Amino acid sequence: MTWETVIGLETHVELATKTKIFCSCTTAFGGAPNTHCCPVCMGMPGTLPVVNKKVVEFAARAGLALNCEITRRNRFDRKNYFYPDLPKAYQVSQLYLPIARNGRVAISTEDGEKEIRIHELHMEEDAGKLVHDPWLDQTRCDYNRCGVPLIEIVTEPDFRSGTEVIAYLETLKSTLEYLGVSDCKMQEGSLRCDVNLSVRPAGSQTLGTRTEMKNLNSFKAILRAIDYETKRQIERLEEGKPVVQETRRWDDNKDATFSMRSKEDTQDYRYFPEPDLPPLELSEEYLEGLRQQQPEMAHARRARYQAEYGLPEQDAALITGQKALVDFFEETVALGAPPKEAANWMLGEMMRRLKEEGQEPKEMKLTPANLAALIALVEAGKINRNTATKVFRAIFPENMDVKEYVCTHGLEQVSDPALVERTVEEVFRAQPQAVEQLRAGNGKVMGFLMGQVMGRLQGKADPGAVREAIRSKL
Amino acid sequence: MMVTKELVERLAALSRLRLPREEQEKMTGELEQILGYMDVLKKLDTSGAESLAESGSLKNVLREDEVIPSQDREELLRNAPASDGETFLVPKAVE
Repeated sequence: MTWETVIGLETHVELATKTKIFCSCTTAFGGAPNTHCCPVCMGMPGTLPVVNKKVVEFAARAGLALNCEITRRNRFDRKNYFYPDLPKAYQVSQLYLPIARNGRVAISTEDGEKEIRIHELHMEEDAGKLVHDPWLDQTRCDYNRCGVPLIEIVTEPDFRSGTEVIAYLETLKSTLEYLGVSDCKMQEGSLRCDVNLSVRPAGSQTLGTRTEMKNLNSFKAILRAIDYETKRQIERLEEGKPVVQETRRWDDNKDATFSMRSKEDTQDYRYFPEPDLPPLELSEEYLEGLRQQQPEMAHARRARYQAEYGLPEQDAALITGQKALVDFFEETVALGAPPKEAANWMLGEMMRRLKEEGQEPKEMKLTPANLAALIALVEAGKINRNTATKVFRAIFPENMDVKEYVCTHGLEQVSDPALVERTVEEVFRAQPQAVEQLRAGNGKVMGFLMGQVMGRLQGKADPGAVREAIRSKL
Repeated sequence: MMVTKELVERLAALSRLRLPREEQEKMTGELEQILGYMDVLKKLDTSGAESLAESGSLKNVLREDEVIPSQDREELLRNAPASDGETFLVPKAVE
């Protein structure tokens, strides 16, 4: 039998605010345990939460960008549970009136464009970090992350493969980065996913029993977990065993999912409206103001780069795929670099070096100003392309000053025509045979002679000028 | 509403309460009384009234996104029954 995989996604995204959702503690990553905490995020009796204005703005802007309807009258709800990752014994979330609903996102698949429906987007607070000590039989609690603002984005079960899931996540990531509402650093946990997956006979319209996989924080883990869980469910069904509705944990080291809890002990969260937070009304003027501020998204920008800068479609797509690349590109161009040159350097040498260093574009030290300076030196004929590549590779890791590097290493192009001429004469004397062959019309020898001249000039001459000098000496 | 033994057990479990049998029985009676009183209240016509969650003049209470230094850790940990000077220690809890 052929099976079809049906997947829905819940994505938690940390918002890039300076402070927590309900108190003024910093959201900075890291920090010694429990040093980013106060009585509010620690849930001390008698404290009152106050909503961070920026959280509402970021959540609403994300909702608008995902083509959602925005809830005009918002409320928060309490989700009650006993687990020491939240000292209050409840998480403040939005169950009844999420800030955004009924959105859609277009993704590119092998079979063309596909629409993924967004069920809802709501605001909530993150929980703390627990470290279990197997020796002491105790758990250590670090509450720095308690109250860090999150949005949870829930899709309809519209995915049919892991590839579609990744395409959606890449679009989502790029959208949120364009908006500047999240830095989407997966390794720091600012974007993480729960995957709801079921299988059904191809062509069937009813949904199979699903499982939920938690603990997925890299695209690789998501793909592998989907692959594993699809196979596991199909195997069970083909053996005549039912799939049990349960929450499963993906173990990246063991490459398998393990049962966490089944439907029978599904938690009863006893949600109720949060009495400590008054309702939040978003006026039409407020939303219109946010709409006006929405930046140009990847799709529009790609078309503009092609039309305005004449970039090839592929290059425009690569740059607009990542906000960090867009920012770098636009700044380099603003500093006077020809757009095509900037794009070539970025997608060629820069990407190569990033790959070698195992870095993401947003982690690199190289600045647009420095790349623009390098391009300017090439444009002005101060260094040739070969030298420029070497300079780029050398300055890249620490963003050493291009001009200083070229100067201290004496790499400036030899522009003295007399010196080039003298060197050509030297080479002619040393290589009479090659010169004869060239005179006889063997064009291949030209490269050899140019190499000889360049070698004597430490590669610093303009190849065009060297070629000219050789021709005129013949 | 009928308050059954199962319901009381479930509520106790959700609230992390250990109820001895006598107390369970007592609780069953009391819960039935409370819920019975709710039925009395429900008879009042409130069709024109605002719900409590919606009432009050307060709305849109918001603060600026500006960092204020957090509480001193030593002070925070002083309230905890157990700590190691950096983190709160609780009985092992693995989900």
